[in-house]
Amino acid sequence: MSKKMTLHLRVWRQPNARTPGAFVTYTVKDVSPDMSLLELLDVLNEQLIKQGELPVEFDSDCREGICGTCGFLVNGVAHGPKRGRTACQQYVRDFKDGETVTLEPFRAKAFPVIKDLVVDRSAFDRIIAAGGYISVNTGSAPDANSIPIPKDIAEQAFDAAACIGCGACVAACPNASASLFVSAKIAHLALLPQGQPERIRRVLRMVEQMDREGFGDCSNHGECEAVCPKSISIKTIALMRREYLRALWSR
Amino acid sequence: MAVAMKLDSKAPGGPLESKWTRHKNQLKLVSPTNKRKYTILVVGTGLAGASAAASLAELGYNVKAFCIQDSPRRAHSIAAQGGINAAKNYKNDGDSVWRLFYDTIKGGDYRAREANVYRLAELSVNIIDQCVAQGVPFAREYGGLLDTRSFGGALVERTFYARGQTGQQLLLGAYSAMMRQVDAGRVALYPRREMLDLVVINGQARGIVCRNLITGELEPYVGDAVVLCTGGYGNAYFLATYAKNSNATAIWRCHKRGALFANPCFTQIHPTCIPVTGDYQSKLTLMSESLRNDGRVWVPKKKGDTRPPNEIPEDERDYFLERKYPSYGNLAPRDIASRAVKAVCDEGRGVGASGRAVYLDFSDTIREKGIDYIKEQYGNLFEMYQHITGEDPYKVPMRIYPAIHYTMGGLWVDYNLMSTIPGLFVLGEANFSDHGANRLGASALMQGLADGYFIIPYTIGDYFANTTLPKVTTDHSAFKDSLAEVHQWLTKLLSIQGEKTVLELHRELGMILWDYVGMARNAQGLQTAIEKIRKLREEFWNNLRIPGDANMLNKNLEMAGRVADFMELGELMAIDALHREESCGAHFREEYQTPDGEALRNDERFCYVAAWEYTGDISKPELHTEPLQFEFVTPTVRSYK
Ligand SMILES: Cc1cc2nc3c(=O)[nH]c(=O)nc-3n(C[C@H](O)[C@H](O)[C@H](O)COP(=O)(O)OP(=O)(O)OC[C@H]3O[C@@H](n4cnc5c(N)ncnc54)[C@H](O)[C@@H]3O)c2cc1C
Ligand code: FES
Repeated sequence: MSKKMTLHLRVWRQPNARTPGAFVTYTVKDVSPDMSLLELLDVLNEQLIKQGELPVEFDSDCREGICGTCGFLVNGVAHGPKRGRTACQQYVRDFKDGETVTLEPFRAKAFPVIKDLVVDRSAFDRIIAAGGYISVNTGSAPDANSIPIPKDIAEQAFDAAACIGCGACVAACPNASASLFVSAKIAHLALLPQGQPERIRRVLRMVEQMDREGFGDCSNHGECEAVCPKSISIKTIALMRREYLRALWSR
Repeated sequence: MAVAMKLDSKAPGGPLESKWTRHKNQLKLVSPTNKRKYTILVVGTGLAGASAAASLAELGYNVKAFCIQDSPRRAHSIAAQGGINAAKNYKNDGDSVWRLFYDTIKGGDYRAREANVYRLAELSVNIIDQCVAQGVPFAREYGGLLDTRSFGGALVERTFYARGQTGQQLLLGAYSAMMRQVDAGRVALYPRREMLDLVVINGQARGIVCRNLITGELEPYVGDAVVLCTGGYGNAYFLATYAKNSNATAIWRCHKRGALFANPCFTQIHPTCIPVTGDYQSKLTLMSESLRNDGRVWVPKKKGDTRPPNEIPEDERDYFLERKYPSYGNLAPRDIASRAVKAVCDEGRGVGASGRAVYLDFSDTIREKGIDYIKEQYGNLFEMYQHITGEDPYKVPMRIYPAIHYTMGGLWVDYNLMSTIPGLFVLGEANFSDHGANRLGASALMQGLADGYFIIPYTIGDYFANTTLPKVTTDHSAFKDSLAEVHQWLTKLLSIQGEKTVLELHRELGMILWDYVGMARNAQGLQTAIEKIRKLREEFWNNLRIPGDANMLNKNLEMAGRVADFMELGELMAIDALHREESCGAHFREEYQTPDGEALRNDERFCYVAAWEYTGDISKPELHTEPLQFEFVTPTVRSYK
C-alpha cells in the first residue's frame, strides 16, 4: 500500500457569472496517491456537503481523457502538471505531499465562467456550425472504398481529428486564441479528399466565426501545443494560415 | 407470471432478406412541404441522437436536440474505443450480411428478433460509407483502402476502427452532420438540459419537460414526436465504464408514463477493465476488447501464487480462455470470458492486491511482431493504462477484471423503433435493442447509427402520415401538470436534509446490484437484493442530503434525481432477473447451468422478451411478453469451444 497524502486545495469559488469570485483554501487529508485529481475533488465535496457548505462545481464526464468535458487550470497550467493529459488524468501521486494546489477556471473572454470551475465553451460549437463539416446527406455516400486515401495522409488527418474540444489551448494562450482548435478541424478536413469541395468556404467562415466569438489572435507562443492533451501540433495553425490565404486569393 | 397481452412487434413477414425493403416500400411518406410543419424533439446527442437529428433535419423536419453535456460532441458514445462492425467483406474472409446476422443472433443467445437483427446487419454496410464520406478517419492499409480487424465473438475480420478512438471519430462525424443542420437553421440545440418528464396528451407523446442545468429553470417543449436517444443505464451499478452523466432518468420517466421496459436484467459485463483500486474510485476504465486480439489472458495455476508475473514459468500458467474455448480462445464473447475470469478468481487464483484480477499479457506478441506493432495498434490504450495504474504494460502484463459496460435492456420498441406510447421513439442503447441477452463487441455503435441514420427517418414519417396530431401548446394542462409534478419532486428531494450524500447512497446501491444482480445471480440473492434495495430506497428518501437549491447549477441535485431513478430501476432489474428462470447470454442464473458451468437456456418457458409495465407501485410491475419466433435460425446451445 502506498503512503497516504495530504493536499491543500486553493480553489476559485464563484457562485455565478454575475457575482465576483475569490480563492478559498481547503485541506484534504489522508488520500491515496492513486486517486485522480477529480476524485480528490469528489472527496473534498463530500467533506463540504457534510459540513453544510456548497461543493465545488466542476465539469467532468468520461473521466478517461476523451470527452473533453473536464478542464481547469491547475497551478496555472491548463489541465495540470502532467502534459498531454486532461485534468481527469492527473493523479494525486503527481503532486507533493503537503503541497498547495491552485485550481481556477479557464480564463478567456470567449469562455465566461458559469460557476466555480465551470465555464461556457459553446463558442466552439458555433465555430463548428460555421463549416466544420462535410456536406453529405444521409444515404448519398458512395462505397467507402471507392476513394483510396494514402495511409500517411489518413494518419495526418487523424492526428488533427483527435482534438477533443476541451479548450485548454485557449486557456493557455496569452491572447486567448482558439487557433489550435479551429486549425485542427480545418486540417482534418482539408487533408481528406472528401473535404476538398468546401475547403475555401470552410476556412473563411470558421475563421470569421472565431473572430466574432472574441478569441484573440495567434502570435506563435506555442503554449497551446504544450498543454494540448491530444498533442495536436502547432503545424496545423500554419496549415490553417495557408488555407486561409489560399481562400482569400481564390475568392 | 407471464400475462398474455398483445405486444405487436410489427416485424414484417416473408423472406428475411427482403423484409426491410418491403417494409420501407409500404411505409407512408410525408411530402417535403408538410415535413416542415412537424417538430421532432430528439433527446440525447450520442451516436443515435446526433445521427437521427442530422438525418431528420436533412429531410426537412424541425428538430430540437437536447443533451446534458455542455456540447453535443461530448456524449458518452465518444468513449467507445474498439470499433464498429460492418458486413463489407473487404477482407474476403467469408463475411456476409447473413453471417453478421447469425453471429449477432447467436451472440445474443437467441433472445432478439430475427427481423431486427437482419436489418441491422444489412444496414451496417451503409454506415461505413456514410461515415467515410463525412471524413471519419478510419484505419487504412498502405494501399489506401480501409483496414479491419477481428473482435470478440466473431471468426471474421469485420470490425472497422479508428485507432482506439472509434466512438470519438464516429460521434464527431454525426455531430458535424448535425451542426451542419444547426447552421442551416433546421436543428436548434439545447445543451445543458436534462429531460425530467415526458408529456403525453391524448395518449400521444407530445412534449418534454427539461431542467436548464445552469439556471435551474424548468422548461417545457412541445413537439409532434419525441425521439429518445439517452443511452444505457449501467451507471445503476455506480462503478461502471460509463461516463459519469450517463443515466436512466429519461427512459425511466417515460416508463412511468406508460412505456414498457424490456429485459431490464440483461446487463453486460465487459471482461477487460482496469480493476478497482480503492473505495474512492469514481468509475472503471475499459481496456478495449481489441486488445484480446494480441493479448493472452492467464492466471497462475497455483492458488495464492504471489510471485511477480515474469517469475512464473510458462508451465505454471493457465491460459484458461485458450484452454476452455480452443476455437475462439482469447476472443470468446464477453459474457463467456467474464464468467471465466470470475471463476478463476473465485478459485483463489486471481492476481494483484485484491486477488480480483487476471493478466492480459502482450509479451508473446511483442516478441513476435515487435513493440512498434503494439504501439501502432494500441498505443493510446497502453498509455491510458499507464496513466491510471502507474504501471508500464509494455513491461508487465496488464491486470484486468470484468465491469459493467452496456445494457441490452431498455424501453420496448417495435420494428419501427416506437415504444408502447405512440409518438415516443427510442433509439440506440436506450431501447431494448437488437442484441438479445448479450451484445457482441463493436455492435453498439453499429446499432446506434443504424437506428439514427437509416431507420428513424423512414419510420417516423409513417407515424406522422398515419396519425392525427391535434395542435397543442405548452399551455395545455398536461404541460402544467408535468411542470408542477417535477417541481414538487425536486422540492421533495431538497427538503430531506438528512445525513448521507448522493454519492454514498449511490455506492451502496451499486454494491447491492453488483453483488446480487451482477455476473452471477441466484433466486435467494435476487430476493435479498430486492429487500435491500427497498430499504435503501427508503433511506434515500429519508436520509439524503443535497446542498444548495434548485435555482442554480447544482450537480448534486442532478445526481440525486438520477440516483432516485436507479433506486427504482434497480429493483425492476432484480425482479426481472428473478423471474427469468434460465441462464441466457449475460444473464447467468447459478441454478441453471450445464455440468461444465455454461449457461443453460430454457426455450420452452423463456423464449420471449419480458416487457414490464409500471402499475403505480414500483414493487409490483406487470409482466407482458413478446414471444420470439425463430424462422430462419434454429436456437442451439451457444458453443464457442
Ligand atoms: C468505454 C466504452 C467503450 C465502448 N466501446 C465500444 C466499441 O468499441 N464498439 C461498440 O460498438 N460499442 C462500444 N461501446 C458501447 C457504445 O459506446 C454505446 O452503447 C453507444 O455509444 C451508446 O450510444 P447512444 O447514442 O445510444 O447513447 P449515448 O452516447 O450514451 O448518449 C446519450 C445521450 O443522451 C443524453 N441524455 C441522457 N439522459 C438525458 C436526459 N435525461 N435529458 C437530456 N439528455 C439526456 C446525453 O447527454 C447524451 O447526449 C462502448 C461503451 C463504453 C462505455
Ligand atoms: S472528463 Fe472526459 S476528458 Fe476529462
